[in-house]
Amino acid sequence: MVSASGTSFLKGMLLGSISWVLITMFGQIHIRHRGQTQDHEHHHLRPPNRNNILNTSKVILMELSKSIRVFCIIFGESEDKSYWAVLKETWTKHCDKAELYNTKNDNLFNIESNDRWAQMRTTYKYVFEKYGDNYNWFFLALPTTFAVIENLKYLLFTRDASQPFYLGHTVISGDLEYVTVEGGIVLSRESMKRLNRLLNNSETCADQSVIWKLSEDKQLAICLKYAGVHAENAEDYEGRDVFNTKPIAQLIEEALSNNPQQVVEGCCSDLAVTFNGLTPQKMEVMMYGLYRLRAFGHYFNDTLVFLPPVGSEND
Amino acid sequence: MASKSWLNFLTFLCGSAIGFLLCSQLFSILLGEQGDIPPNVLHNDPHARHSDDNGQNHLEGQMNFNADSSQHKDENTDIAENLYQKVKILCWVMTGPQNLEKKAKHVKATWAQRCNKVLFMSSEENKDFPAVGLKTKEGRDQLYWKTIKAFQYVHEHYLEDADWFLKADDDTYVILDNLRWLLSKYDPEEPIYFGRRFKPYVKQGYMSGGAGYVLSKEALKRFVDAFKTDKCTHSSSIEDLALGRCMEIINVEAGDSRDTTGKETFHPFVPEHHLIKGYLPRTFWYWNYNYYPPVEGPGCCSDLAVSFHYVDSTTMYELEYLVYHLRPYGYLYRYQPTLPEDTLKEISQANKNEDTKVKLGNP
Repeated sequence: MVSASGTSFLKGMLLGSISWVLITMFGQIHIRHRGQTQDHEHHHLRPPNRNNILNTSKVILMELSKSIRVFCIIFGESEDKSYWAVLKETWTKHCDKAELYNTKNDNLFNIESNDRWAQMRTTYKYVFEKYGDNYNWFFLALPTTFAVIENLKYLLFTRDASQPFYLGHTVISGDLEYVTVEGGIVLSRESMKRLNRLLNNSETCADQSVIWKLSEDKQLAICLKYAGVHAENAEDYEGRDVFNTKPIAQLIEEALSNNPQQVVEGCCSDLAVTFNGLTPQKMEVMMYGLYRLRAFGHYFNDTLVFLPPVGSEND
Repeated sequence: MASKSWLNFLTFLCGSAIGFLLCSQLFSILLGEQGDIPPNVLHNDPHARHSDDNGQNHLEGQMNFNADSSQHKDENTDIAENLYQKVKILCWVMTGPQNLEKKAKHVKATWAQRCNKVLFMSSEENKDFPAVGLKTKEGRDQLYWKTIKAFQYVHEHYLEDADWFLKADDDTYVILDNLRWLLSKYDPEEPIYFGRRFKPYVKQGYMSGGAGYVLSKEALKRFVDAFKTDKCTHSSSIEDLALGRCMEIINVEAGDSRDTTGKETFHPFVPEHHLIKGYLPRTFWYWNYNYYPPVEGPGCCSDLAVSFHYVDSTTMYELEYLVYHLRPYGYLYRYQPTLPEDTLKEISQANKNEDTKVKLGNP
């Protein structure tokens, strides 16, 4: 009797291990296959065509740079108040307005403190109702993300915010292309409008999870799709991602370990918008490295002008 | 009967669940071996050397940030190029046979390319790298001897090829454009040298070895001469201090390398150590060594910094990216350093057809 149950236990273990291996293998193949079929549905968004800008008058360009108003949403988790102190003193000073939303925030997240999608819906609804009229671009980032708002504005400045834009660092999962929250999510006012219409009027954007929970960035993409808003991957002129989900050091190390015997080209775009995975100390270092440290004698003929924020020391 | 087979079935299910979980756990443990990046070691002695590497991941490949020059089509480098011709700097990098592939390689791939001439100084010659063989031994107590021999080598072969002579380590990152801006106000025929000035032991102060220091042509001539005439001693285990003492003896002035707002340009550590308040503990030697009042936080470091030290390979590329590539589009920097007057005249003469201000855009 014992030996019979013993062997069936062992058989069970064997079956369990084999099924795990099979599932992981098939999962990888599935993802790789999707990646290879560079289908027409993968959308890209690049900075404006330089030639078109040069012909526009200076006055119009100045007005244009002031007209791009970016609202920054820091999408926190419950313990992230310490990050906010640093974020307030670093890159978020360059947003037209920035606010932190986390579980300690009065009333916003009182439901389901672990349901990130519910938190995200509440946040987007709140922001649109309160600020939808005064800002035309809404940028959501995690507290560990560093963003270069000037480069974001350069990317956006010829786009019409009354069109449905939804951009960042995209990933394709099955037939869904979505913007990853780690890289930062940019929505135009029109996208916010459509999103809010759906959130207020229907259950369409309720939790879409079936077996295991879908991440909030995927849920957002599914929801936006119903409103006819599709994700676009933001890139520079060479087709390099400008929204990064990792810190610079990691991008460098990965690029070098992939080609140990060769000389690879630079890891990251000159006009990068985001890096993720930064500690508060690294944020301070980025402020210096980005807004102050530079090489004397190198000048750029930029078409937009952004002034440094008032009363600031580290930029 | 039925219950027995049911029990078997249950055991079978248990087994499969456990097998499944075990496999995934095993896999994640194997992958999760990444481990934390070891924290930056604070060197508790100003003259500490880097012979011990803490076995950090050493980068195999090399990165060339200049491969995509199309990103820089809008960049105007006239002033930088003008200074390159006018302020000629020869760089020699203190390294050793063990470090050519580990460290010096990344120096060669990044900032060394901006020197008018660069030499890698090792105890043994290496024709492939290439590295100059100083015919010394390696080790901490050899550093001053290597320094003397390196300067003698430079004096013998390259004296007329440059105006200024920079010494750096293979873990120093140097921004040559900013060094040229600093030196453009001085005459290489004056006996003067620049670096991160320390105050102990030497009346006029001496320059930190790791942060890099640069000698004028006259200073180099006097230094090499000092050994021929025995004015300076050959032996010391503390390279930068010994050099500083010698400089004082031969009347080479220890210059002030701070920028026009008083911020330091040569740095004995990486930016993070200077920018984060409280990173360097109050008991750390640094606070008592700095010649000028030391500052932590944003005031620590000039926008036109010249060097950083204890820079590992990844940070070499990160600094290269931050200084020469990543920029905030259209940003009007707060610190607007003045151009050397005669340079401005030369540029406007060279571009008679274009208005200089328009050409320069946003400095």
